[in-house]
Amino acid sequence: MPTKKQPTFEEAMARLEAIVAALEKGDTPLEEALTLFEEGAALMKQCAKALDQAEQKVTKLLPGPDGSPIEEPMEELEL
Amino acid sequence: MRYPVYSVTQVNEHIRDLLEADPGLGALFVRGELSNYKLYPSGHHYFSLKDEAGAIRCVMFRREAVSLRFRPQNGMKVLAFGRVSAYPRDGVYQLYVSTLTPDGVGDLHAAFEELKARLSAQGLFDGDHKKPIPKFPGRIALVTSPAGAAVRDMLRILNARWPMARIYVVPCRVQGGEAPVEIAGAISWVNARKCADLIITGRGGGSMEDLWCFNDERVARAIYASAIPVISAVGHEPDVTIADYVADLRAATPSNGAELAVPDQSEQYASLSHLSARMAKAMDRRVQYERQCLDRLSACRLLQNPMAWVEDRRARLDRQGERLTHSLTARTARDRENFARLCASLDALSPLKVLSRGYTVARGPHGLVKSVGDVSPGDRLTLTLSDGTVGCTADL
Repeated sequence: MPTKKQPTFEEAMARLEAIVAALEKGDTPLEEALTLFEEGAALMKQCAKALDQAEQKVTKLLPGPDGSPIEEPMEELEL
Repeated sequence: MRYPVYSVTQVNEHIRDLLEADPGLGALFVRGELSNYKLYPSGHHYFSLKDEAGAIRCVMFRREAVSLRFRPQNGMKVLAFGRVSAYPRDGVYQLYVSTLTPDGVGDLHAAFEELKARLSAQGLFDGDHKKPIPKFPGRIALVTSPAGAAVRDMLRILNARWPMARIYVVPCRVQGGEAPVEIAGAISWVNARKCADLIITGRGGGSMEDLWCFNDERVARAIYASAIPVISAVGHEPDVTIADYVADLRAATPSNGAELAVPDQSEQYASLSHLSARMAKAMDRRVQYERQCLDRLSACRLLQNPMAWVEDRRARLDRQGERLTHSLTARTARDRENFARLCASLDALSPLKVLSRGYTVARGPHGLVKSVGDVSPGDRLTLTLSDGTVGCTADL
């Protein structure tokens, strides 16, 4: 079964805002509220993980002979 | 030989008059290098202009100095316009400067103003054309020199704030004659290959000549044509280049460019925390509410003892049934009574009953006999009694 494409951080945060707003409004049926809560919890985990695990990737990007992008390592910079 | 004797003031005033009488000294340009630059609290600028062999004292009064478009520094080559005179009070002759411009850059200024006016008229600086900067850019292209403090600062700040973004350094020269082509080319290429969600282009601080490539028309047009949002991050405040006017967002410095490009991850963490708390609280409130509803319902007598309810209903039903039956039977009895009474009345009125009491019905030759007049002597009469008839003849 093909896995659903994971939402981007931006999409996940936006969906989280929407879920929290709906839950605060309080007019969804109880079962739906519980489902939303579950979805929210999963998204929160995903976002926190993305922030935790983020590691900067830096490379040089140059056109190759046919113009398509080629990555090259960045020389050691004092950061 | 008798030499004249003057006062100091007389000599100084004489020198001043000599100088002011010379038209050549009344309005002139002087080219030289700034030295001993001092800004006094009064707002007046005092300095010297020098060349290889000499120096001349200068003053630029506050009123003229406010129009300075650059920060004068010792060692700068400048072109000063003013007049030469002497101040009798201290016996010093000075160049009274009314305008001061960096030397050799006078032409550059004019070119800058011309290009700015032309591109503005063509709409390249229009606010409507500017695109919003993505909040969470996934890929950022830095179109700048791969060496130097600017790229180092940008990478450091990008890493501290938002390491999630993928950074591509697209190397190019950022000064000299070849720079504009390389910068414009890099921006166009990143667009053609769709390599990034955001472009930052710029360089560290420098002289107007150093930054000049970002005033180039080719760079301006490449930024304007870019479908990918561009942040221009050139030099230091208050340098403003043409690229800054065209870009979708202007940063004061390369570091500022990095700050504007990405969110701060610690703020995002805080946002997430806050959302988490809100969500938990909302859910908690909801569960409490549902529980209250449930409690209220269970307090209801019906749910506590449903059979009691049923029994109650059944009792009521039985009572209704009894009343119905009772009223029906009562009704029937009443009707029967009435009927009997009517029958009795009817019976009493019955002619047969009358006959049984001794009365007879007499019929003569002319029908029913109701009066003595109906009977003549000798008439044959028929008497009907309760149990039969008797024939008889009427006597007189």
